[in-house]
Amino acid sequence: MRLKKGGYEIFHSPFFVNKYEKIFPLKIKRITLPKNFKHKKMAKNKNNVVTKEDVVVKFVGDSGDGMQLTGNLFSDTAALEGNDLANFPDYPAEIRGPLNTIAGVSGFQVHIGHKRVYSSGDMCDVLVAMNPASLKSNLKWAKKGATIITDLDTYNEKAFEKSGYTINPLQDGSLSDYNIIQAPITTLNKEALKSLNLDNKAVDKSRNMFALGMMYFMFNWKQDKAFDFFAKKFKKKPNIIEANKLSLMAGYNYAETVEAMSVTYNVPAAALDKGRYRNISGNIATAWGFLAAAERSGRPLFLGSYPITPATEILMELSKYKSLGAKVFQAEDEIAGICSAIGASFAGSMALTTTSGPGLSLKSEAMGLAVITELPLVIVNVQRGGPSTGLPTKSEQSDLMQSLYGRNGECPLIVMAASSPSDCFYSAFESAKLSMEHMTPVILLTDGYIGQGSELFRIPKVNSLPTITPPIAMANDPDYKPFNRDPKTLVRKWALPGTEGLRHRVGGLEKENGIGNVSMDPANHQLMTDLRFNKVMKVADSLPNQELLGEAEGDLLVVSWGGTYGAVHTAVEDLIKEGKKVSHAHFKYIMPMPKNTETILSNFKQIVVCELNSGQFVQYLKMNFPKYNYSQFNKVQGLPFVVSELSDKFNQILKEI
Amino acid sequence: MQENFTVERSRNPLTKNDFVSDQMVKWCPGCGGHAILASVANVFPKIGYKKENFCMVSGIGCSSRFPYYVNTYGFHGIHGRANAIATGVKVANPHLSVWIATGDGDSMAIGGNHFIHIIRRNVDVNIMLFNNQIYGLTKGQYSPTSPMGSVTKTSPQGTIEHPFNPGELVLGAQGTFFARAVDTNVKIMTEVMFEAAKHDGTSVVEILENCVIYNDNAHTAITSKDLREDNQIHLKNGEPMIFGKNNEKGIRLGQMGLEVVVIGENGITEEDLLVHDQYSQDPGIHLMLAKMTLPYYPVAMGVIRSAMFSTYDDLVEEQIKYAKANSTIKNVDDLLNSGDTWEI
Ligand code: SF4
Repeated sequence: MRLKKGGYEIFHSPFFVNKYEKIFPLKIKRITLPKNFKHKKMAKNKNNVVTKEDVVVKFVGDSGDGMQLTGNLFSDTAALEGNDLANFPDYPAEIRGPLNTIAGVSGFQVHIGHKRVYSSGDMCDVLVAMNPASLKSNLKWAKKGATIITDLDTYNEKAFEKSGYTINPLQDGSLSDYNIIQAPITTLNKEALKSLNLDNKAVDKSRNMFALGMMYFMFNWKQDKAFDFFAKKFKKKPNIIEANKLSLMAGYNYAETVEAMSVTYNVPAAALDKGRYRNISGNIATAWGFLAAAERSGRPLFLGSYPITPATEILMELSKYKSLGAKVFQAEDEIAGICSAIGASFAGSMALTTTSGPGLSLKSEAMGLAVITELPLVIVNVQRGGPSTGLPTKSEQSDLMQSLYGRNGECPLIVMAASSPSDCFYSAFESAKLSMEHMTPVILLTDGYIGQGSELFRIPKVNSLPTITPPIAMANDPDYKPFNRDPKTLVRKWALPGTEGLRHRVGGLEKENGIGNVSMDPANHQLMTDLRFNKVMKVADSLPNQELLGEAEGDLLVVSWGGTYGAVHTAVEDLIKEGKKVSHAHFKYIMPMPKNTETILSNFKQIVVCELNSGQFVQYLKMNFPKYNYSQFNKVQGLPFVVSELSDKFNQILKEI
Repeated sequence: MQENFTVERSRNPLTKNDFVSDQMVKWCPGCGGHAILASVANVFPKIGYKKENFCMVSGIGCSSRFPYYVNTYGFHGIHGRANAIATGVKVANPHLSVWIATGDGDSMAIGGNHFIHIIRRNVDVNIMLFNNQIYGLTKGQYSPTSPMGSVTKTSPQGTIEHPFNPGELVLGAQGTFFARAVDTNVKIMTEVMFEAAKHDGTSVVEILENCVIYNDNAHTAITSKDLREDNQIHLKNGEPMIFGKNNEKGIRLGQMGLEVVVIGENGITEEDLLVHDQYSQDPGIHLMLAKMTLPYYPVAMGVIRSAMFSTYDDLVEEQIKYAKANSTIKNVDDLLNSGDTWEI
């Protein structure tokens, strides 16, 4: 609180209000476990323990069933067991869809592995479906023979009707290909929590932990791990901790007793590099990568942004770090988001704007302003299904051409794409570095799939990250002119307002190279157009060579870019193991491309470009390197690639070569 | 300005010459822009900040060429976005004195959204709104402030749109500072701009500007020599509202709002007149003053409102200061290692 001139008091917002208080109205006293209560011991005889390389588990239920938390706890436990992992939350477009309907189904998929895991997996080995609607909508994602755990108590006429079943799927034989465990979860959970005197709503809230308990048994995990999570997560809510504990134990004991689980799994720890790890989602990683770049460059972070699915998380995340000096401006619209960032960049900040497809369209004109003023700026586009509003919660790679060319005039900028949730950290860091060091806007493409998906992240030390040295003009530099350039990189200097002796003007009108006065001179316009293009192309001098999985030459080169890395990598790796002459080039730098790109392309009989659009990158490659044999594999369904469809396609091409 | 975030002052006194640009001023001869430029040249040295700490931002339009004509840091933006760009400049560096040159097309039409929101947030910038009631740069189309019925190149039969009164818009958007001046009176314009500079928060100065080419004499009823005393009232804080050729008229607050009265008639004395309080928090009277239009009222000139509220950029700095003092996350290494992490 402080006093302004006019005598008005300004209060800080109450940062420490406990927001769960109202959402979770448990009207109960602190409870303790019954005196004679004993924790069940681990099952002594587990005959059918199957050791697995990797397992995919999917948790699905109503939006209110807590599937995100369940999935997260499952994944955190696997992480503590030393597994590699990748997760993907699958939210409905509605915040809370109607109860028991397919529109209201929310899911969370976890892929854990002894081997390295590159994506959240295609089809699941275990499906936990909390009601008929979630079973109906997700059965197609279960492998034949998968174990399906479902809550028998939710199977009633009303729920069938709402989910579109005409008869009970548990009784009509339609699930005979699966190992179905019909557990009366609601009833058993109620029974287990009887001693707590909770109201029905509160009791049913912990059904998800009953299901998680069953999974703990299935994966031979110790329950204490979950208890530790509860203790941390609900620190100030002892009653919730106890309820969750009792539910989890009840689920565990139930699984052990009914012996319905013909097999249990053991997924040994993965051979991961030594180090400190955490779980991270792509959007959070993006935010953190920028914070690291701000610290490394010494330029304060400014984000101008407007909420839009699925990019909002980056805005929310960066809003939390005022302690790191991050200035986050929630603008009145997308245009103000980018324009405020351009203003901040002019004033010397490491400036960002974050958005998704429709927002990128709105920012087009201002991107041109950043290009012509040659100011650093990173535009993050967390791609979603388009055109127009399209599929806001689904993923696609269909904004590539827009990113490359979607502006008026000759308007080149750097375009790069992150390949996985943890790579978002490094891509964000690098986009900021390139943007500042080369005084140019950068579009960083991620997508809803990697933005919301998460995986293990080996925590780097900030001082081990590359240095960032923006070309800041020195005070009273007698030679300073706004558009004087470094002869090698063509980069102009960044003169920050407030600095003595560097007063200058920039703007959207064409400027005379060097001196920077407004110029309508034809030859100068040609020169500046060429300079702006060549400046961006010269960024390739500082890019690493394009990497390749597999041999440097062979029959088939699989090309992909952005968020499809995991699935494509896995498919190619499998084929290489089978002895096929296949290699994989996954592109991160799209404009400009790494210098060895053409060499790579030239060494294969056939190239197949896989992307979640109708063929935008393949067109770009054909345009730049027309000599080679391209084919393409595309999908525009709002869904990521699955490994099997990729392998099928590659095998088919290999046959035809 | 608040203690920590003040704009640094110049050590030596500055003069007009410190801000003279080497660029040719390309406005039409007789354009009101020249007078506004003269006022700025007067007021910048008077404000006394270091010349490197001024930053001029503009959008698109005749008015928006302004940054090229003063030697400060300058940013010539795109149409309508000056207010958004300037927000970024000021938030990024609160040590700058940020000035926005914009017009009725730039800020009332294409940039209307940014205009109301910068005002609502009370970002500490100074907006010079050149209101010539026409699109000059595109050669004579009606603007959101053109009076209804205006015949222009896109309204050959007269406009059928209700115009904005910028003052009403500013106060509706919770503006903390609004002043009005005419381009024919450099002295008053300079005074008003100085007041704007002193104000913490978004200051909007509406300048009734004459476009000699496409909308000549648009403001003549207000500005012409023989009419101006009767058709303008110069508001001065703490003084009764008096106007007219012989200072014989005044403004009184009646039952139904403001009333023009003649001093001496019906027993009215100076005592009955409204006394201007530009610092009042309540915008009620300010709104009535801003709305006064011919022929029933004189048009109010000078500072109509200058109320004290917290500014956006101050609060940003306050929150950062608070977070730095109280957060356990002091650097990015802390952040990366926060929450659930484990060793492998
Ligand atoms: S067109 Fe009108 S507003 Fe533009 S410079 Fe000429 S007189 Fe001024």
